[in-house]
Amino acid sequence: MGLIEHQFEDNFITGTVDGLINWARKSSLWPVTFGLACCAIEMMTTGSAHYDLDRMGVIFRASPRQSDLMIVAGTLTWKMASVLRRVYDQMPEPKYVISMGSCASCGGIFDTYSVVQGVDQVVPVDVYIPGCPPRPEALMYGIVKLQEKIEKQKYIRK
Amino acid sequence: MADITLKQNEQAIVDGLKERLPDLAYALERSCGQLALVVDRKDVVAVCAALKELPAAKFDYLADLCGVDYLGRRDARYQVVYNLYSIPLNHRLRIKTNVSEDDCTVESVNGLWKTANWHERELYDMFGIEVVGHPDLRRILMPDNWEGHPLRKDYPLKGKGQREDFSFVPENERRPARKPVIKSEEW
Repeated sequence: MGLIEHQFEDNFITGTVDGLINWARKSSLWPVTFGLACCAIEMMTTGSAHYDLDRMGVIFRASPRQSDLMIVAGTLTWKMASVLRRVYDQMPEPKYVISMGSCASCGGIFDTYSVVQGVDQVVPVDVYIPGCPPRPEALMYGIVKLQEKIEKQKYIRK
Repeated sequence: MADITLKQNEQAIVDGLKERLPDLAYALERSCGQLALVVDRKDVVAVCAALKELPAAKFDYLADLCGVDYLGRRDARYQVVYNLYSIPLNHRLRIKTNVSEDDCTVESVNGLWKTANWHERELYDMFGIEVVGHPDLRRILMPDNWEGHPLRKDYPLKGKGQREDFSFVPENERRPARKPVIKSEEW
């Protein structure tokens, strides 16, 4: 930065367009609520005052049209799978998916006739969070991991 | 039947039932302190109607209606259990009836207790027992296009592969199943 240092007026910051877009995207991840089982309770706890997801720019939206992140929290049954896919299709790009908990990631203890063995068979998953259910810290760690992933994305230069 | 001693209120129920339905064939059982009345399948609705009306019984509330699969009992593979409760008299009674594999039907008690509607739909969904006279006999838990009745003992625990059917996902986004598909014979 030596050449351009002190060449502009105050309050100028130089950087890449990718960096700006990624910073904006990672700082306002709005998840659509997709609580399916007990993991949803932990997800709600993470959003409430004690853990406070809002400080990371994560604000739960009740509509997929306003969301760019889907936290699949809980057991996905086959009957619900097509609904999950439809909600995912309704989300505008860019969109990310967090698979929260054992059930969402691989079916968990429910290796039964009605339970989908991993939501990645229905929607593409960015981050898997283990746990049954994961503690709020684990969900927040997963969201930070997703933010790190978004930071590394490239748009202008492929 | 002889070794079952009836409490006063139970004796009154049985006596009243005998008076109302003199030709009724029945057997008594006791399990965990609760009396159960085993009756023939064709008598269920008449017995239930009598038990709802009798002053000594007054079973105005159907607490639960369940099915049981006794796989291997050829003549009476299934059993349907009606758990009755009386709110004014605070007592309970079970009605049990055996259903054979060949004629897998029971008559609906929806006319007596409205709550039987969804219970009988669950009975049909899970055990495949047809409920004659039910106003709206559809599946209630499983999807409408589901094949088989999952709570039957000969239904494989891991299903018949329907959970691996992701035809609603666009083809270029589908993934191979992570766990090996279980053949229906293994259960």
